[in-house]
Amino acid sequence: MRNVFRSSRAGVAAAALSAVLLTGCATTANPNDPLEGFNRAMFSFNDQVDKAVVKPAAQVYEAVLPSPVRTGVGNVFGNLGDPWIALNNMLQGKFAEGMSDLMRFALNSTWGLLGLLDIASEAGLPKHDEDLGQTLGRWGVGEGAYIVLPFFGPRTVRDTMALPADFMANEPFSIDHVATRNTVLGTRIVHGRSVLLGADHTLEEAALDRYAFVRDFYLEQRRYKVDDGRRERVYEDFDEQSAAPLGDEVDAAATAAVERLELVGIGELALERAAASPTHKN
Amino acid sequence: MKALMNRFLLPLLCMMFAGAMSASAAADLKAPDVLVKDVTNEVLEIVRTDKAIQAGDTKRVIELVDAKVLPHFDFRRMTMLAVGRDWRQATPDQQTRLTDAFRTLLVRTYSNALTQYRDQRIEFRPSRFTEADTRVQIRTEVIQAGAQPVGIDYMLEKSEQGWKVFDVIVAGVSLVTNYRSSFGQEISRGGIDGLIKSLEERNRTLAEQQGLQQGAGGRGA
Repeated sequence: MRNVFRSSRAGVAAAALSAVLLTGCATTANPNDPLEGFNRAMFSFNDQVDKAVVKPAAQVYEAVLPSPVRTGVGNVFGNLGDPWIALNNMLQGKFAEGMSDLMRFALNSTWGLLGLLDIASEAGLPKHDEDLGQTLGRWGVGEGAYIVLPFFGPRTVRDTMALPADFMANEPFSIDHVATRNTVLGTRIVHGRSVLLGADHTLEEAALDRYAFVRDFYLEQRRYKVDDGRRERVYEDFDEQSAAPLGDEVDAAATAAVERLELVGIGELALERAAASPTHKN
Repeated sequence: MKALMNRFLLPLLCMMFAGAMSASAAADLKAPDVLVKDVTNEVLEIVRTDKAIQAGDTKRVIELVDAKVLPHFDFRRMTMLAVGRDWRQATPDQQTRLTDAFRTLLVRTYSNALTQYRDQRIEFRPSRFTEADTRVQIRTEVIQAGAQPVGIDYMLEKSEQGWKVFDVIVAGVSLVTNYRSSFGQEISRGGIDGLIKSLEERNRTLAEQQGLQQGAGGRGA
């Protein structure tokens, strides 16, 4: 490993980087976050950029434009993103959802005045949230390490691989006029940030460690999105002092079963269930 | 005590008064979906009409949350889930202090989010559960013009005092277990007491920022 660092400038940079990485590993060995040192540095860099430029711009944007106008801006960007969402739904085998996204695009682009109004949502076609990163995850590609990218923020390695396509699909690179293109891109970023103006305040207050809070939020949310919320949540019971090797959940279930069999018997239990079941609906 | 109750009293009662028992239990315990709906609607109605809350009066919101929302939460269980494995190492006294500090933190931070409530609509999704279930997930959605709906799910568990919320899941993320790794960090650095200290520290700073009086944090034994 050290041989690589012979040439001086690259060596210094690499040594600095690996020092950051190593300190990251040394402080907390979080299996979810092997790049923690680098990530923390990048996180605070992004924070500086946000504080200096993006957040103030978003605040001005929010103060100057009335709420219906901002909603319209969000709708237009949302509408432009729907075909890409449709494609990703299809790639994941969710054809009904994909068709619904295409219907949304058709409806909102025409009757919705080029996407200014989201009439499709009101017509019962809800907006979906899909991207290539989720599609890859659905196909079984592992997420890889958590990584904080400059400017883009939190990603996994898998989502980073998908990023160029996800980014291009949503950005107006087909606009030839440079000034127009940059204005659209800028508006998009500022609008996106303005939506988070309330949430970042709550984050600031709620988190003991903002970096860890954002990381864990991102990772859990991505996993949730990839499997569309179908995963069953497991809640362990840390109250039981006698931790059985099988796990508390199993232990508790077994004890409960034994108790029921002993004292009530299967027959009574079945009767009880039968008596209870007609009384409830839902 | 509870074990004794479960082993002897409950089965006995069930056998003797099976019909009457289930009828009275149904009257005592509001169904979890009805409970969530009623509390949400009541709280939002107050927020909608209270000008002080809309102007960001933190003290007022906390009072509202204290009175209407907190009785339906099981903060001890929430804290246990947030702390994870190390909970077993904590003494009963430490567990109480942790619970108090975590409750204060959650209430301070998320009550504030209520002051930002404006014209969003809450939709209650159909929840499937049977009478026999002791743990249910109630799904709601916040609908806002021009934005994707945000899911807020409540995990509730049946107790003798009715259904209690022990986790809130926002956009697929548990607000409780999301704390686990930062709590673990604090514990590995300064033990359980270290975590208690940094939680209490944070609550003090928040109270200063929000212009609240200290005291709410030190409830309990």
